[in-house]
Amino acid sequence: MDLIAVARIAVRALARNKMRSTLTMLGIIIGVGAVIAMVGVGQGAQQQVQQQIAAMGSNILFVGSGTVTRGGTHMGWGATKTLIYADMLAILRECPAVKAAAPGSNTSTQVVFGNDNWATRINGTEPQYFDIRNWPFQEGSAFTQQDVEMAANVAVIGESVRKNLFAATDPLGQTIRIKSLPFKIVGVLAQKGTSAAMGDDQDDVVLVPITTLQKKITGQDWLRWIMVSASSRQASYAAQEQITSLLRDRHRIRAGQDDDFMVRNLADMADLADQAGGVMTMLLASIASVSLIVGGIGIMNIMLVSVTERTREIGIRMAIGATERNVQSQFLTEAVVLSLIGGAIGIVFGMGASYLITKALGWVVLISPLAVVTAVVFSMTMGIFFGFYPARKAAHLNPIEALRYE
Amino acid sequence: MPDQKWGPGQQTQIGIKANAEKLVVTMSKSEIDVPIRQPMEATIRILDVHKYYELGETRVHALRGITMDIVGGEFVAIMGASGSGKSTFMNILGCLDKPSSGKYCLDGIDVSSLRKDELAAIRNRKIGFVFQGFNLLSRTTALENVELPTLYAQVSKEEGEERAREALDLVGLEDRSTHFPSQLSGGQQQRVAIARALVNKPSILLADEPTGNLDSRTSVEIIEILGRLNDAGLTIVLVTHEHDISQFAKRTIQFRDGRVRRDELVVNRQTASEVLKSLPVEED
Repeated sequence: MDLIAVARIAVRALARNKMRSTLTMLGIIIGVGAVIAMVGVGQGAQQQVQQQIAAMGSNILFVGSGTVTRGGTHMGWGATKTLIYADMLAILRECPAVKAAAPGSNTSTQVVFGNDNWATRINGTEPQYFDIRNWPFQEGSAFTQQDVEMAANVAVIGESVRKNLFAATDPLGQTIRIKSLPFKIVGVLAQKGTSAAMGDDQDDVVLVPITTLQKKITGQDWLRWIMVSASSRQASYAAQEQITSLLRDRHRIRAGQDDDFMVRNLADMADLADQAGGVMTMLLASIASVSLIVGGIGIMNIMLVSVTERTREIGIRMAIGATERNVQSQFLTEAVVLSLIGGAIGIVFGMGASYLITKALGWVVLISPLAVVTAVVFSMTMGIFFGFYPARKAAHLNPIEALRYE
Repeated sequence: MPDQKWGPGQQTQIGIKANAEKLVVTMSKSEIDVPIRQPMEATIRILDVHKYYELGETRVHALRGITMDIVGGEFVAIMGASGSGKSTFMNILGCLDKPSSGKYCLDGIDVSSLRKDELAAIRNRKIGFVFQGFNLLSRTTALENVELPTLYAQVSKEEGEERAREALDLVGLEDRSTHFPSQLSGGQQQRVAIARALVNKPSILLADEPTGNLDSRTSVEIIEILGRLNDAGLTIVLVTHEHDISQFAKRTIQFRDGRVRRDELVVNRQTASEVLKSLPVEED
């Protein structure tokens, strides 16, 4: 019998008891759906990280003060005071792979507009920061180098700050108060969204000239970080080495001692984030796969019941000339058809779940064709694996006894 | 030419006497020198078949040396009480089981040495089964039931369906091909079963108490069909415990305690069609 005929017979046999077939498929449906949705969530998150990092430019380096207390992706920098403005000038001067650099420091405090206030981060920096970070403005523009020299009271706000303090009013030209000091708004940044790598809201920020921050707000003259862009992605690795050795030298760090700063290459970060994302995706998929295995066990269970119920029928078929192989492939096909149809429905179910997740939580969910194909192959394998034992049982029935079965 | 294995000189003699009316086979322990009839195109040759099986701790000797020939075109009724070995014999005859010792040749093929899947092929092509309980698949139509053996015979779907229709025609049920067994009477179901048994044009039809679940009139109708098929040349072996039914066959073989007790031609054979005419028609 050719494959199509066998499959058709299997479908008819399954259709004879639609309720039972549907309930059996449920395990596979949920399993496949869960795997697809989970992989989609994982891959969506990964893609988001990559997109954001790409948007920042892949040749960016982050130089932070203080040692890394934790390894890997989380950047917890301590409060050493050794990173200074002169370091940045030295980097620009003496590291050939470096194209531009911007200083940075920050604090958290209330920002007041009229009767409203909003607690946010105040970052101090210089105008080239916005170029390095590839951050466009939706209104106005950055403060100027002159503003920096004069420590002017000007500010640039992010979209979240705008939303929370200004609502319908145009912020441009308005005055906000930071630590009771008035600041004129000269620019509003375009929306960047949540940082996928660090989880914080990038738009919840107010930027002022570094000099203003240091002299009038924090009173601290050291830097928290320096944002550096290398001349190319290739050069970023060289830049990382150059900056590291330069700063170790300037800070008089001897061999064997830890750095009192850290240099993070964004390309590395991207890879790390990708890896972490990949691990997370794998983890989610594995957990979801458990339900798939449960579904497979369900199929085996029902097939065993089915074989017992149809003992007489098997005896008749054998008497009429079905070989053991005929009987085995008949039942194996039923199991495979069950799992394939379950898999197909599961894919639809998974896509639906992904859509709901996107709507409800706002996460990006990516359905990759690879995940779909893998799900189909996996569910078919489940069918073959879990259908094998019942099929063999059926094939090894003694026809004479089977015919006598009540 | 005499087959060496069948001649005198063995422990248990088989004497065959042929006369005008009957063929009597007797088993005796004395030496009897009698001429032996040549079984020419014997469809079935059974030689000293024994069958043992384990029943818990005991070993049951179900068949204790069965030897017989069934020639093409014969209509044999096998009778015997339960425990006589007739069911075991039918299972071996139908290639559902293999003898523990002895030989069974069907159409010249030594069946006793075949593998399971080869036996399945023999069952498919050469043997047709009819059971007491009809044994149709309940959720398939009559036509599909009859088609079933063709699915295992590697014929195309079209040819299988064609053959199935012909077979249903032969038993007079061509207008019921789309009915399910639950929509058919007992007699009709058995007719579908007969059609199924015929669909691959077998050498021999084995019927195990085919009229056991039918009323008297329907029983005769079924036997009439079998008689017609036999007249057309099909070899039929029928198992029954009803003497009346056995008289429609041409030859009866009596089993007792695992042996053939009697093997004789039927005297004054009635044909089913004659009997049918004399039976009263049932009123619904």
